[in-house]
Amino acid sequence: MSDLIRKDASELAGLVSSGEVSAVEVAQAHLDRIAAVDGDVHAFLHVDTAGALASAAAVDVKVKAGDKLSVLAGVPLGLKDILATNGLPTTCGSRVLDGWIPPYDATVVTKLREAGVVILGKTNMDEFAMGSSTEHSAFGPTHNPWDLERIPGGSGGGSSACVSSFEAPLAIGTDTGGSIRQPAAVTGSVGVKPTYGGVSRYGIVALASSLDQAGPCARNVLDTALLHSVIAGHDPMDATSINAPVPDVIAAAKRADIKGMKVGIVKELGGEGYQAGVRSRFEESVALIESLGAEVVEVSCPSFPAALAAYYLILPSEASSNLAKFDGIRFGNRVGDDGTKSVEQVMSETRAAGFGSEVIRRIILGTYALSAGYYDAYYGQAQKVRTLIKQDFDAAFAKVDVLISPTAPTTAFKIGEKLDDPLAMYLNDVATIPVNMAGLPGMSLPIGLAPEDNLPVGLQIIAPAMADDRLYNVGAAIERELLAKWGGPILGMAPELAGA
Amino acid sequence: MSGISQEDVAHLANLARINIPADQLGHYAKQLDAILNAVAEVSSLDTENVVAMSHPVPMTNVFREDIPGVSLTAEQALSGAPAVEDERFKVPRILDEE
Amino acid sequence: MAEATMNYDEAISKFDPVLGLEVHVELGTNTKMFCGCSTVFGAPPNTHVCPVCLGLPGALPTLNKIGVESAIRIGLALNCEIAEWCRFARKNYFYPDMPKNFQTSQYDEPIAFEGYLDVEIDTDEGRRTFRVPIERAHMEEDTGKNSHVGGATGRIHGADYSLVDYNRAGIPLIEIVTKPITGTGKYAPEVAKAYVAALRDILRGLGVSDVKMEQGSLRCDVNLSLRETPESKLGTRSETKNVNSLRSVERAVRYEVTRHAARLTAGDTVVQETRHWHEDTGISTSGRAKSDAEDYRYFPEPDLLPIAPSREWVEELRASLPENPAVRRARLVADWGLSEIDMNTVVNSGALDLIVEAVDAGVDPAAARKWWTGELSRIANDRGIELEELPVTPAHLKRLEELISAGSLNDKLARQALEGVIAGEGDIDAIVKARGLAVVSDDGPLLAAIDEALAADPAVAETIKSGKLAAAGSVVGAVMKATRGQADAARVRELLFEKLGVSE
Ligand SMILES: [Zn+2]
Repeated sequence: MSDLIRKDASELAGLVSSGEVSAVEVAQAHLDRIAAVDGDVHAFLHVDTAGALASAAAVDVKVKAGDKLSVLAGVPLGLKDILATNGLPTTCGSRVLDGWIPPYDATVVTKLREAGVVILGKTNMDEFAMGSSTEHSAFGPTHNPWDLERIPGGSGGGSSACVSSFEAPLAIGTDTGGSIRQPAAVTGSVGVKPTYGGVSRYGIVALASSLDQAGPCARNVLDTALLHSVIAGHDPMDATSINAPVPDVIAAAKRADIKGMKVGIVKELGGEGYQAGVRSRFEESVALIESLGAEVVEVSCPSFPAALAAYYLILPSEASSNLAKFDGIRFGNRVGDDGTKSVEQVMSETRAAGFGSEVIRRIILGTYALSAGYYDAYYGQAQKVRTLIKQDFDAAFAKVDVLISPTAPTTAFKIGEKLDDPLAMYLNDVATIPVNMAGLPGMSLPIGLAPEDNLPVGLQIIAPAMADDRLYNVGAAIERELLAKWGGPILGMAPELAGA
Repeated sequence: MSGISQEDVAHLANLARINIPADQLGHYAKQLDAILNAVAEVSSLDTENVVAMSHPVPMTNVFREDIPGVSLTAEQALSGAPAVEDERFKVPRILDEE
Repeated sequence: MAEATMNYDEAISKFDPVLGLEVHVELGTNTKMFCGCSTVFGAPPNTHVCPVCLGLPGALPTLNKIGVESAIRIGLALNCEIAEWCRFARKNYFYPDMPKNFQTSQYDEPIAFEGYLDVEIDTDEGRRTFRVPIERAHMEEDTGKNSHVGGATGRIHGADYSLVDYNRAGIPLIEIVTKPITGTGKYAPEVAKAYVAALRDILRGLGVSDVKMEQGSLRCDVNLSLRETPESKLGTRSETKNVNSLRSVERAVRYEVTRHAARLTAGDTVVQETRHWHEDTGISTSGRAKSDAEDYRYFPEPDLLPIAPSREWVEELRASLPENPAVRRARLVADWGLSEIDMNTVVNSGALDLIVEAVDAGVDPAAARKWWTGELSRIANDRGIELEELPVTPAHLKRLEELISAGSLNDKLARQALEGVIAGEGDIDAIVKARGLAVVSDDGPLLAAIDEALAADPAVAETIKSGKLAAAGSVVGAVMKATRGQADAARVRELLFEKLGVSE
């Protein structure tokens, strides 16, 4: 197996642009790796061999012509299957979209293509991004490269797994309640949910429109920043897109200096309910942060305990409306149209057959929460809680520069362990959800293995809106110390995959 | 605050146009009941005088100029449709008049 | 199936009608409300569509600024307040002509609210003004168009399947909803019609829509209920859709009054339902019962940010509003010294704006009116075109009138000059010169022509001399003919009488 697959994205971009290695060689090395290990990992739903090699070849032509290249030209990437790709299947992990080929590209995809990033294929996910384990994919679960019996997180488990199994140095995820950060945490990779409005949502199949945000996944902080810089920025096609310069995340990742910063520990995000090894690694990180010259204080966000409940009203409500369009009329599969049934019946059968049980559960829940007579008690009340959460964050950021917490309460659990218990599954996102509720940027960074199971633990870093650069500065400072301590990347400690 | 019956689930499924078989209604009712009990925690906070937040970005008046953009061709528009006739989307007979 | 009805006068003697009108107007913007697709009518099916208006997964709406501006202008013209802050909402229901299975609309935060429109109708006691209270005007989007295939009628019932064209989906709509209109008594049908007509004039004056009811760019739903007396509480209402001409508005109200009255008198209840108006038969039929508690599950549209029109913007738009059509009409009637009947002729001919333009350019109102409602209307009618399409400008009419009052053109020559304008022969002076159009003012050629005419009909001179002056007409006609219309007819007559020694 080529050693190209273990290289960082920044390193690969340098090799390609200098002409030392061709982009086609880089793409082929990763396609070979996918062929070797993805039978076990199942990170990809669709591998676009021809498309990847063609876009890599186009980069090589530019290299030869001496054209100016983007910071990630020629670097391969896995794309969560929730982003519309012109001419490439887009399923959202759902049977209802099996075989659908969009006639347009998401804005993020357009930006990636323009930057010469090589899209290897579409990665697996919980159906319509509903889940924390990728077990709710209609096309079978993805396996955690650290232990194939375990979940890679979710909903973007395909993206985290492809990065941590060296199938791709980069991936795009989307994060509605933690779907980039929690998978990053349980696979020992880095993931960032940018400020809401920082990255265009155009062409990203909506789960909960007021919470969704696409973001970068990678194996280190600098690579994550490079990808962030490529996909972020104002998009007139997305009315909620922020029309302001993108924070200089690359410079921040290179600065890695937190001396004199104030860091807040969120009292409500930790302690009881968090696995012992998660807590101990988190406490070590706090000590590390202090040793780097930052001041660490505890802050309280009293509304956070209600965040999970509010989230599980807002998300299903918005999702019930967003998913109404999947009716088998304009695109996707149609079920039961035998020429005798009415359109109403055919829609109902199409949706019953096309959606998995978790999707149906949430649509019914959302339909209930929005119903006349229940709106005020459920959806309306949840939106007020949302205001309180935002106020808690505002108060906290009046005192500190960034906030930290464990990303997830546990390390990766076993496939099947929580599948029949929706409420237990929902708890995985308890620490990440408040960030989405307030529209803030958050990062998950690997901080070691839990002693009891030798599985990765993630640190969550949270910054104020449009201060995404702070995440990278803090993350890079911690990462530098940990790499020195570990003697290399954490993924070097992962077991070698059998197929390789 | 909750207490979801099978009939409730059937009504909601009808509103959401999902054909849930009768023998599964009980299963969904039980799960939804448990979830609704859990999310009832939203009422634990005092939200008197709190304004509901619908959008996480504090922006208003985001407009587009009234200038035509690029549309799809009929071929592109119809490319993903399960059934097509006469350059239109073909749908089974419609029961309800709007 | 036709239901029982009661004679209208009898119905009105027993019950007090309460009206409600919901008007949907399609805006004449270049693009749809939430995407850049064209709104032009009549394109091949599914060619004015994109991922947004087709509701493809991942697509997002963006808000048309002119759509919002038009909504505010409509609100202001209807004397509404304009919201300081409002949002869009999603109205959730499944229907195949609605790509997202929700309509992006406004719910409890309309952009305009609490207005009124005064309308005038003829009553037994003369002209009377009714004030129609407006509850709200809000923004939303249109749906696609279903055509039903198979079955006998091409209607929805009995069809084998349907075909959907989404070109119209997403075209900006403004829905204007009245409050219950009370106190009309027997004039409910006339008030309803006058309201829709007045609204149409306002919308046309604002230039926000082509307001063509027959093409569906102005659509009306009629709500009606009856109560025993004006003091009774409101009765159950029916909502009649598809009322798509002014005449139908009046007829539908009248029909529903007679239908409700028959039911109530027979001891039946009125069902709260949607009904469909049939232009051909002049009746409404039952549609969908409203009783199954329509639950649209409205919630604020997360993909569109709130609208907070600044007061400066609103005042700017207010200042740019055209004069209210009713006020303007009253002013012009006074300024021009017209009767209401004359004014009706002007308005119905579609010439009002053209006449105003001509008058503003200095043409005498009577003359401007004469040309536009007379000769020019005839020409436009012959050619099957709109008056606006004629290349006649106020400057043309002004020059024409100058030449007429100077005596160098007469009416007939002036019409020939206008023909030249329409034929694209240049300005009036050039046409007059090129066509040699000038009143012959030299008496020499006229006297010669008179002699010739008298020689051709020797008896006529005696007839005139005997006092039958009307016989002069044939001589004058012959002279006009001989001079190809360029003679001044009055002068010919004068010269003829002089010659024959007759005095008028
Ligand atoms: Zn469109």
